[in-house]
Amino acid sequence: MYHKEKSIQIKNSASALYNNLGVLRIAPRSLTYFTVVHANVVNMVSASWDGLNYSHRQLQSKEPNVATSTSLIMQAAFCALPSRDLLVVTSQKGIQMYESDGSTMVYWHALDTPDTPTDQAVFARGISAVGKSDSSGSILVFDVPSKGSNITLSDVLKGHKKSITDIASECSGSQDCIADLISADDGGNLCVWKSGEEFQRFNNIPGFDISCTSVKLWKGTAVAGYGTGQIRLYEAVTGILHAEVNAHARWIYSLDIAPFSGLLLSAAEDSLVRVWHLSIKPESLSVEVAHLHNECVTDTQICGAKFCDGDGYAFAVTGYDLSEIIRYSQS
Amino acid sequence: MSSRTLPLLFINLGGEMLYILDQRLRAQNIPADKAKKVMNDIISTMFNKNMDKLYDLMTMAFKYQVLLCPRPKDILLVSFNHMDAIKEFVKDIPCILTLVDETYQQLIQIYTNLSSGEFQLIRQTLLIFFQDMHIRVSIFLKDKVQNSNGRFVLPTSGPVPYGTQVPGLIRMFNCTGKEVSRLQFSNGGNYNTAIREGSFEIFGDRVTKLGTNMYSVSRPVETLMSGTSTNSAQHAKVNMAPNPLAKEELNLLARLMGGLEVQKPGNADNGFRVNLFATDEEEEEAFISRPDELSYGVIKIQATQDQQASAELAKIMGEFSESGDQSPIVSSKGDDLLAMMDGL
Repeated sequence: MYHKEKSIQIKNSASALYNNLGVLRIAPRSLTYFTVVHANVVNMVSASWDGLNYSHRQLQSKEPNVATSTSLIMQAAFCALPSRDLLVVTSQKGIQMYESDGSTMVYWHALDTPDTPTDQAVFARGISAVGKSDSSGSILVFDVPSKGSNITLSDVLKGHKKSITDIASECSGSQDCIADLISADDGGNLCVWKSGEEFQRFNNIPGFDISCTSVKLWKGTAVAGYGTGQIRLYEAVTGILHAEVNAHARWIYSLDIAPFSGLLLSAAEDSLVRVWHLSIKPESLSVEVAHLHNECVTDTQICGAKFCDGDGYAFAVTGYDLSEIIRYSQS
Repeated sequence: MSSRTLPLLFINLGGEMLYILDQRLRAQNIPADKAKKVMNDIISTMFNKNMDKLYDLMTMAFKYQVLLCPRPKDILLVSFNHMDAIKEFVKDIPCILTLVDETYQQLIQIYTNLSSGEFQLIRQTLLIFFQDMHIRVSIFLKDKVQNSNGRFVLPTSGPVPYGTQVPGLIRMFNCTGKEVSRLQFSNGGNYNTAIREGSFEIFGDRVTKLGTNMYSVSRPVETLMSGTSTNSAQHAKVNMAPNPLAKEELNLLARLMGGLEVQKPGNADNGFRVNLFATDEEEEEAFISRPDELSYGVIKIQATQDQQASAELAKIMGEFSESGDQSPIVSSKGDDLLAMMDGL
């Protein structure tokens, strides 16, 4: 179903972090941007679709006006907003936002670090087009104007007791500003939020003390990957379990959905990337999962996997200690 | 950041450590010659040309253990394995044993209640420390747990971690929570169900072999060929290889039973002869230097050429096989005997 394409070499190897691959497709310029985190550096590659041009850039996690920083980056991801795209980088010290090509930092938000050291690790992790979250279990919602750097923190949502691992969002309804948000934490709990004047917590899907490391929202279905290697599909607004898959033999590190085709990508520490198909059955309002394909990246613990386009025609994979982005496309 | 900092860090921290040690040795009135020996030993170890090798061995071993832990929480079991070994080293010295026990208590207190997500964060932080280290360690290469490019082998087979199911099942439910269908898919590996969980108490079976002494002298004989075996699949692989000695013994038995293969005289491969000396050369020398007056008669015992006996034996063997072959054709004598024995 898929075959391997030429890999893209990156300057550093990927660190073992959840969802450690960012992909942004720039159709007007026939380019795709990729981001891979290595300790305190984000490696960015801009790859032309003809495979002839690659340009590299590195972004460091640092506070403005501070010469050096040893802050480790937890996640880097692209946010496709209605009017612009941003690259968001979350680290131990705070949240940075850049223009999507990484050229300029447009915003910096420092996390509240307590004066006396506590047992709790302090970091920010979990990025989606609407908000970012931190280790205390709070989701920070930022208002982003269509141009410029006048970004403001507009809301702090508290709903989790454990550190948040991932957030996902989807525009629901006919109005393009209404979004559903789903957040996942280290205890496996999922919180569903609806936006409006303010964000409101709509539903809470309890976990089983197993970390949910990656979550996606598609047509009102929450798709969640867990440390037990399971994938679960829930109806977001009601919390009804549609399907449970014993998908992987180790911790799932990344999930992605190609929204136009309903293809699901899952990747784990067990060296396997699996492609599934989700379909919604209108008569029973249930969601079905079918397994389509496996790819094994030998001797590699995979930490990031993303589709490169909305149909799922191609996908890219990163692994711990690997200095390349491996690509596959449909045969 | 500078890549030239580590040697300076090492030397200066080491220097400070030596000041403190020197002060402690004097404060406790340790005899001067003994104190000097201690200091000399430590200094020669610090600047030993093999220190970097020691560091490489240590780090690659722990990287291997962290990477291969089935669950992040198993890092604690690896730590307990190390602690158990340290305790064994000092088991006869009560005051040090107390210190070790106190450390156990602290480990248990701090780590046993952490969640799986917090352990995974610890593991991810450790993996950042070990990132890009691919030094080849001969014991790992021999055991085939490391490839020649320095990367560790991550098998897609074996038991799944405790708490994980073998991949392959999709279950779908209706709105009332009732399971409505089950599908199987091919998981691309060769997994089996999890083994029991190790103990997180001060005493207990840790179950995992990660963190145990891979240089240990007391290893079972079968694993000597392959070095340490932390993997039962490895054990099985060694045991299934046919024992060459057994095969040769059966070959000899086949030859003695008579005429299963025509022996060309002078064919050194098929015959054997007894040499009472250590080497052929010694035998030759002894023959040359042997005094003439000692004569001896040579009796030739033909164990193979007795046609009547071999025909008799062949007939008996023929009765054993089902198809009643009179003279079984043998390509590899040992194998056929084995096959015959199985057929009995």
